[in-house]
Amino acid sequence: MEAVLELFKNFQFLLIGAWETLKLTAFSVGIGLILGTFIGMGRLSKIKLINYPCTAYVEFLRGTPLLVQISIIYFGLPQLGIQLAPYPAAITALGLNSGAYIAEIVRAGIQSIPKGQYEAARSLGLTHWQSMRYVILPQAFRNILPALGNEFITLTKDSSLASVIGVSELMRAGQFVISRTFQTFSIYFGIAFIYFVMTFVISRLVRYVERRMATA
Amino acid sequence: MNKKKLLWIVALILITGMVSTVFCQTLTQIKQRGKLLVGTEPTFPPFEFVDEKNQVVGFDIDIANELAKRLGVKLEIVSLPFDSLIPALLQGKIDLIIAGMTITEERAKVVDFSKAYFEANQAIVVRKDGKFEPKKFEELVGKKVAVQLGTTGDLVVSDINGINVVRFQKFTDAFLELQNGRVDAVVLDEAPAKAYVKKFPKFVISAVVDTGETYGIAVKKGNKELLNFVNQTLDIIKSAGIYNKLLQKWFE
Repeated sequence: MEAVLELFKNFQFLLIGAWETLKLTAFSVGIGLILGTFIGMGRLSKIKLINYPCTAYVEFLRGTPLLVQISIIYFGLPQLGIQLAPYPAAITALGLNSGAYIAEIVRAGIQSIPKGQYEAARSLGLTHWQSMRYVILPQAFRNILPALGNEFITLTKDSSLASVIGVSELMRAGQFVISRTFQTFSIYFGIAFIYFVMTFVISRLVRYVERRMATA
Repeated sequence: MNKKKLLWIVALILITGMVSTVFCQTLTQIKQRGKLLVGTEPTFPPFEFVDEKNQVVGFDIDIANELAKRLGVKLEIVSLPFDSLIPALLQGKIDLIIAGMTITEERAKVVDFSKAYFEANQAIVVRKDGKFEPKKFEELVGKKVAVQLGTTGDLVVSDINGINVVRFQKFTDAFLELQNGRVDAVVLDEAPAKAYVKKFPKFVISAVVDTGETYGIAVKKGNKELLNFVNQTLDIIKSAGIYNKLLQKWFE
């Protein structure tokens, strides 16, 4: 009973943490989307100078644990004279990491559009970039929406890893409450509940956009 | 095409723009910066924890405040997991560590410690069913023991052969494991152990082992100026009676 009471009493602190989680995720998604779109296109480039680095980027960031990446950016970069505060370090790591996953999603999305579309666009006199911007990407976007939604949800949950470098997001805010109240189980349960509400809302939002775009 | 390139560059600048080149070194630099960066892990009441106003408070924090006050700068608490504190100090993320950190030989190899400012012993905590009540560490051989990663409890039990050590980021997780019956005991510092057992009478401290251990404030190796200042301040607050007041405030 006391456990539940402590959870209610301290729920506001979890919510403050949840707000930090949302901000962290939003910034990281932003970076990830920009990086991912360009790197995804780069992966399809016939120019080796573009293709190879983009492939290496995706393989490396997808092939190493996010926890390790966060630690390298926060604890490793100072060796090179780059000092990042915990928050920017977390956004950088999460953004770079999700950029790799989004790149693969974007690549698959572009490949899902029949070649004829690109050829038609080019024969209409559009440049490569114009064809991408006005013909291919908009259609690809509709196809990859479910996969993107998946990635956003994953990122929301993965942002809890930022707690290891001291970012006061939901997970760490919860740990603070636990250390004060000693109510381990109920607080972790509260944390899980808030994560679930956040990811559920994201999931519904993506579904809504999907339906809107399907009729458009 | 140029526009896209520009976007790329802007994104990169945005990322690298967040780079701050604050290197924590001399007293002059700290004064110029106007704030003292103190690393701690605020999940260790009553030394450091987050209170009902979402502020980091505690015995150690009050000492940190005394340090900042005497330097004439603001105190900035950098909260990090305990095992990340020394790496953060080495990488210049923080000026010093006040985190109920025991002075050990291993740690003293990589950081410089101030004079001891607190004496702490290790408590062995077990379930209050009377089935297992170890009085010394040797009795833990062959048992499963939960500790907080990188703490003195971790170091002492890891030194004894035959103890199955399970390490957690938070000592509260170690207690959850004890409650769930997956470990036989938790070994941690006396003060937080007492606080925890007081709140949860289903656990009991079976023994407090005098390890002769003391807490110290850690600074980067070779940072004599800051170390001297910390030692002087500790002397002053002890002789001025501030130290005793803090003891009363947080431990009684």
